[in-house]
Amino acid sequence: MPLLEVRDLEKQFGGLKAISHLDFTVPEKIIFSVIGPNGAGKTTLFNLLTNVYRPSAGSIFFQGRDITALPSFRIAGLGITRTFQNLQVFLNMTALENVMVGCHLHSRAGLISAALRLPSVIREEKKVRKGAMDALEFCGLSDVAHVPADALPYGILKKLEIARALAARPRLLLMDEPAAGLNDTETMEMCGLITRICESGITVILVEHNMSLVMEISHHVLVLNYGELLAQGSPYEVQHNPEVIAAYLGEG
Amino acid sequence: MDQLLQFLISGLTVGSIYALVALGFSIIYNASDVVNFAQGEFVMIGAMSAIFLLKDGLPYPVAAFCAISITVLVGLALDKLAIEPAKNATVVTTIIITIGASIFLRGAALLIWGKEIYGLPPFTGDQPITIGSATILPQNIWVMAGTAAAVMAVKYFFDRTLMGKAIMACSFNKKAAYLVGINVQHMLLVSYGLSAALGSAAGILVAPITFMTYGSGVMLGLKGFCAAILGGMGSSMGAVAGGLLLGLIETVGAGFISSGYKDAIAFFVIMLVLFIRPSGILGKAESERV
Amino acid sequence: MKRLSGYYVFALVTLALPVLFPDNYYVTVVGVTVCTNIVLAVSLNLLMGYAGQISLGHAAFFGLGAYSSAVLTVRYGMNPWLAMTAGTMMVAALSYVLSRPILKLKGHYLAMATLGLGIIVHIFFVQADQLTGGPDGMSGLPALRLFGYPIDSDLKWYWVFSVFMLLSVLFSLNIAKSRAGRALAAVHGSEIAAQMLGVDTAKVKSHVFVFSAVLACITGSLFAHQQDFVSPESFSFFFSIELVTMVVLGGLGSTFGAVIGAVLLSLLPEVLIVFEDFEVLIFGAILMVIMIFLPQGLFVALEQTFFKIVRRKRKEPADAAA
Repeated sequence: MPLLEVRDLEKQFGGLKAISHLDFTVPEKIIFSVIGPNGAGKTTLFNLLTNVYRPSAGSIFFQGRDITALPSFRIAGLGITRTFQNLQVFLNMTALENVMVGCHLHSRAGLISAALRLPSVIREEKKVRKGAMDALEFCGLSDVAHVPADALPYGILKKLEIARALAARPRLLLMDEPAAGLNDTETMEMCGLITRICESGITVILVEHNMSLVMEISHHVLVLNYGELLAQGSPYEVQHNPEVIAAYLGEG
Repeated sequence: MDQLLQFLISGLTVGSIYALVALGFSIIYNASDVVNFAQGEFVMIGAMSAIFLLKDGLPYPVAAFCAISITVLVGLALDKLAIEPAKNATVVTTIIITIGASIFLRGAALLIWGKEIYGLPPFTGDQPITIGSATILPQNIWVMAGTAAAVMAVKYFFDRTLMGKAIMACSFNKKAAYLVGINVQHMLLVSYGLSAALGSAAGILVAPITFMTYGSGVMLGLKGFCAAILGGMGSSMGAVAGGLLLGLIETVGAGFISSGYKDAIAFFVIMLVLFIRPSGILGKAESERV
Repeated sequence: MKRLSGYYVFALVTLALPVLFPDNYYVTVVGVTVCTNIVLAVSLNLLMGYAGQISLGHAAFFGLGAYSSAVLTVRYGMNPWLAMTAGTMMVAALSYVLSRPILKLKGHYLAMATLGLGIIVHIFFVQADQLTGGPDGMSGLPALRLFGYPIDSDLKWYWVFSVFMLLSVLFSLNIAKSRAGRALAAVHGSEIAAQMLGVDTAKVKSHVFVFSAVLACITGSLFAHQQDFVSPESFSFFFSIELVTMVVLGGLGSTFGAVIGAVLLSLLPEVLIVFEDFEVLIFGAILMVIMIFLPQGLFVALEQTFFKIVRRKRKEPADAAA
């Protein structure tokens, strides 16, 4: 069974069809990249998958379950998390606290038990802290754990968002332009990080503009153009597809 | 039917005042994302200054003009001395500053003019005019006409003049406006001055009908804020529409249901509107790009 | 233990005051007012500071607590503790029902809705005079008894209020550093990101709204019994604004910020009375000056000054050694 299945997905904004007739499946444990020119509908696709937008038509299945109309927090509960094109880091917390929010789904303490600071809450806090520190370490951010997020540089914040998403222990991670705004060294580090994430058993769907990154680490590439599926296949196949080249890739 | 006409007249009169105050809120909000809680005090200062200048013997129009000028100076001072020094503060902090300013201005008014209640004589006499079986005071006409004139002037300012457009630019994107050479601080100053002018005009227009005292600004400011929200925060025409609508709801509520509960009814209706249209009647729905 | 060291000092000072200054009106009576304002500010801070939901109607819940106790005991002869429980349950239910539609709104629209709530409740207190005594208020509440002993002196009331206040502050501090507190802050930081991490933001906002309403309500009930008098004046829109000012002045998002803001704004009028007619003017001026020069609030400013002094002291021995 494929991990994610998108059937006949469509999204209209007024007269504009941002996504139309989109059909594809994503198998488990690969890095699946979505590329396309600006305005092709890549972020819209992510927003549809996570119910930031409601589809105009079509359906989305995750592990065989119809998630088309589920609210975002329930989708997260099923094992899908994402990072954002425009950073959505919690700037009002430290790096560690940001990632601890990622552990929200794996802890239970509510408002009242927190107020009373019951022993079960104290135990759970320790576990959450450890889980968060582990996620920070995985992304190489242990040093900045206690730094307020609003004091951290852009490159670190991008990694922080990933650490936070990983703390939720997802099965599927949607990454929206993780390499945007990064220099060459940082991009190479990001390549390594994404590969390690996939190796740890998480399926990654990647939206990216950085072609060398996409071609370097993807197992499968899907090309969107004007909201429609233009081509898909292995990086090599897509790179040599004349239609794709015509629509998008000027260089290799 | 005649009752309805009477309600319409009263409602539009008080609604016009709310519209002017709401417009003042809207202008400052547009330029700075801040709700100026001292807006109501502009109304009070305009009215009280006019009352006392008149008492001192100035002719009515001169007193009114001077009162508006004084209020504009207060508005400019508010911006220069309280808002500008805190230009990097959060919106919430700036709102508290305006709350402090509103208390300060009320305290000053208390010192200068005392606790008594005053009124202005009507502009052109107080002979009621009958339309059908409804009566309308000349002052009501002045209020509505004055408001209409002010609103049209403001609309012209924002649509047709360079400065007005510059202020609108600030409301869309402050950084971008700054980068194209607009002096954002300057535009903010103009906004405060303009809001003060509108507020004081409202005060002078309404003082012949309702009485004014040092604390009158609060309720008027509050109602103006509600009207601005009802119409959609940031939309000038929305503010005006909101003001008129609020005046009508209040008057009808007082007339048909209960005058004691009229404010409650008005707020209840506003809350219902917000539940249905969370950004106000003419407001733009905010969406975040992720 | 380190986490709460500041709190322990605060608790010690609070409880020691009437011992150090016995028979002092300022400690017991003004102290009760200060404690009342602290709980209200701290509860409002949970909603505004942590969850980022502005409320201009917090006084309404305070008033509902006070009036429900007054009405149920005076008009229906209910036992005071029972009345308080009934009132609290009613406010919890009311705030829960209102929370869902109100908290869908954002920013100024939310402010407007909470303002409307506050004003509608206040008008009800004034107009429903058969029930509430109207603008003149109600008095004659029965004595509140704790373990059989009536709370009938200023000092006893001080103990009740200060313990209640210290518990509330403790709860708020505990919530701040917990999963629930982080969820609140996450909602404030980025609702969309919070949802994508599994946080049911609507539920979180609703819960904190109800929690802060309930705290305010209980405070109101205690207040009614302590004053033996309720009138609409104490629960007006002005007071709601005062509470917001306390929270922001002290430092939005910080429990101790709310405490400091409440203490300052409760004591300031007492201090400023000497200025008579200038009282209002100076009060407004002080607000403006504090917010202009300390925009992050008093608590952060005090914290930074404290750390500067500590750092300087740490440097001195090192310099001396060199």
